[in-house]
Amino acid sequence: MIRIDSVTKRYPDGTVAVDRLSLEIPDRSITVLVGPSGCGKTTTLRMINRMVEPSEGTILIDGKDSRQQPVNTLRRSMGYVIQNAGLFQHRTIVDNIATVPRMLGWGKEKARARARELMERVGLDGSLAKRYPYQLSGGQQQRVGVARALAADPPVLLMDEPFSAVDPIVRKGLQDELLRIQDELGKTIVFVTHDIDEAVKIGTMVAVMRTGGKLAQYAPPAELLSNPADAFVEDFLGTDRGIRRLSFFPSAGLRLLTTPVVAVDATAEQIAARATAEAPYLLVTDMDGRPLGWSEPGDLTAGGVDPARLLPYGRPFVAGTDSLRAALDCAVLSPTGWAVGVDAEGRVTGVVSQQTIGEAIRGAHAKGRTDAEAAR
Amino acid sequence: MNGFFDIPSDLQHSWLGLIGLHLREALLPVLAGLLVALPLSQLCVRFRWLYPPVLWVTTVLYAIPSLAFFVVLIDYTGQTELTVMIPLTVYTLVILVPAIVDGVRSVPQETLAAATAMGFGPVRRYVQVQLPIAVPAIIAGLRVATVSSISLVSVGALIGNQGALGNLINDANIYNRPELAVNAVVTMAVLAILADGLLVAVRLLLTPWMPSGARARRAPRPEPEVAAR
Repeated sequence: MIRIDSVTKRYPDGTVAVDRLSLEIPDRSITVLVGPSGCGKTTTLRMINRMVEPSEGTILIDGKDSRQQPVNTLRRSMGYVIQNAGLFQHRTIVDNIATVPRMLGWGKEKARARARELMERVGLDGSLAKRYPYQLSGGQQQRVGVARALAADPPVLLMDEPFSAVDPIVRKGLQDELLRIQDELGKTIVFVTHDIDEAVKIGTMVAVMRTGGKLAQYAPPAELLSNPADAFVEDFLGTDRGIRRLSFFPSAGLRLLTTPVVAVDATAEQIAARATAEAPYLLVTDMDGRPLGWSEPGDLTAGGVDPARLLPYGRPFVAGTDSLRAALDCAVLSPTGWAVGVDAEGRVTGVVSQQTIGEAIRGAHAKGRTDAEAAR
Repeated sequence: MNGFFDIPSDLQHSWLGLIGLHLREALLPVLAGLLVALPLSQLCVRFRWLYPPVLWVTTVLYAIPSLAFFVVLIDYTGQTELTVMIPLTVYTLVILVPAIVDGVRSVPQETLAAATAMGFGPVRRYVQVQLPIAVPAIIAGLRVATVSSISLVSVGALIGNQGALGNLINDANIYNRPELAVNAVVTMAVLAILADGLLVAVRLLLTPWMPSGARARRAPRPEPEVAAR
């Protein structure tokens, strides 16, 4: 465990970057430091591997003062990933990744074999091994950066806005990849970002910092969203924290209706039988059970539907896997106000109305409250 | 062109011998200049305040005419090659120091931060990261220094027989044989072009990591003002 114990960083000109910060960073989880620029989050990260020395306070790593061991030994026991990757442009990808193992005295072949193994782990094609950094895209370079940090299998990974400089789609891919790698490796990760959505998505614990290097709140993301400590945190979380909080409620409990679903080749009797008072619209699917669109029962003709006349169904949610946020989003996107639940293959498993989703949200809130009381 | 390669005996060398002498007197100063410039530049990078005064001193030294250097040096080193090579070494610094400083400073901040975070000490970081990345800039500086040095060796003729191909020009005057002057100028130009080409080849060999389209852009050659001296 990394324990930051009332640490202050004061620069010679009097600026206080970090002000009596105390944090306990749990093992084998992702702790995110988030805040506006100038809040001292990067300084805090750099104090952990002593690229910045604290003015006051101590940082304990597994109970030992970080100043007790030689600084370069400390640094080699912590992987470091930086914005824009910071790769060595004069070395090939495989040699970039092998850097720390080589410094630790591994043989060239062993280090390179390890590097190739890591390329696979972070989702890089082996054919890139002999390339140079300039031949890779920004997202690929960032993957190399992660692989390089993991090369010597350090227990701790420090990540300083690693995904800030890539476009949103690549960033989402990198975030998902990081979560997958973390599932496999279980590192103690400290992750700095200014993006609260990123923090909420990947953090096990989130430390919100405010300008002046003070800790505003330290909590799991769901608690942060439901219970911001003060106006600053609330403001920083943005206007739609209620909606975002739904990301933490599973859709598994939603009651999906299968009645208002008809195949595209349905007969007149089938259509008539499926139209109930409960559901004013019918969802039409193709022969494989994939959604095509909504229609009023009266507009449907037996044995063939003009897809152009169907109402859009939005973006279906994967029932049971996706959150209530995805389900609600789907219902809001469709003009019918109904969300379409699908299985992993995209086949319709049922439909659900905004009203039902609303009930599920209220239920989840109530459960959250009783859980919180029980915890107390 | 009768007697084009017929070198007067007072020079005590054949044409090829003069070329060898010329290259030695031109290239050893560049090498010595590089050996002085490397640590000097590193000091300028480490201690920023040192760079302006160092630049100032190298520029002032460069402004001293070689003849003035010779007058001072001749008491200590006599009419030798060394007397020619010392000022030439000093002159290369005005090109090499800024080239190396700019090259080392051009290493991106995040690359340096990454190196530090991986546990590189200052020496390892300099040798394994900063210097290799500065190679294109260093070689760009070496190209100008080399070409200028090859042309400057001729001034050695001022202190007797130490100008190598430059003495041919002197002899052209004495013996009224203009073809010797043509020989000297053409030979020196060819030597300069070959040396320059060789350095370009060395850089291509040392920097397979540079994007080929950006090679020219990323290593701008310093203005070849020195060659005009």
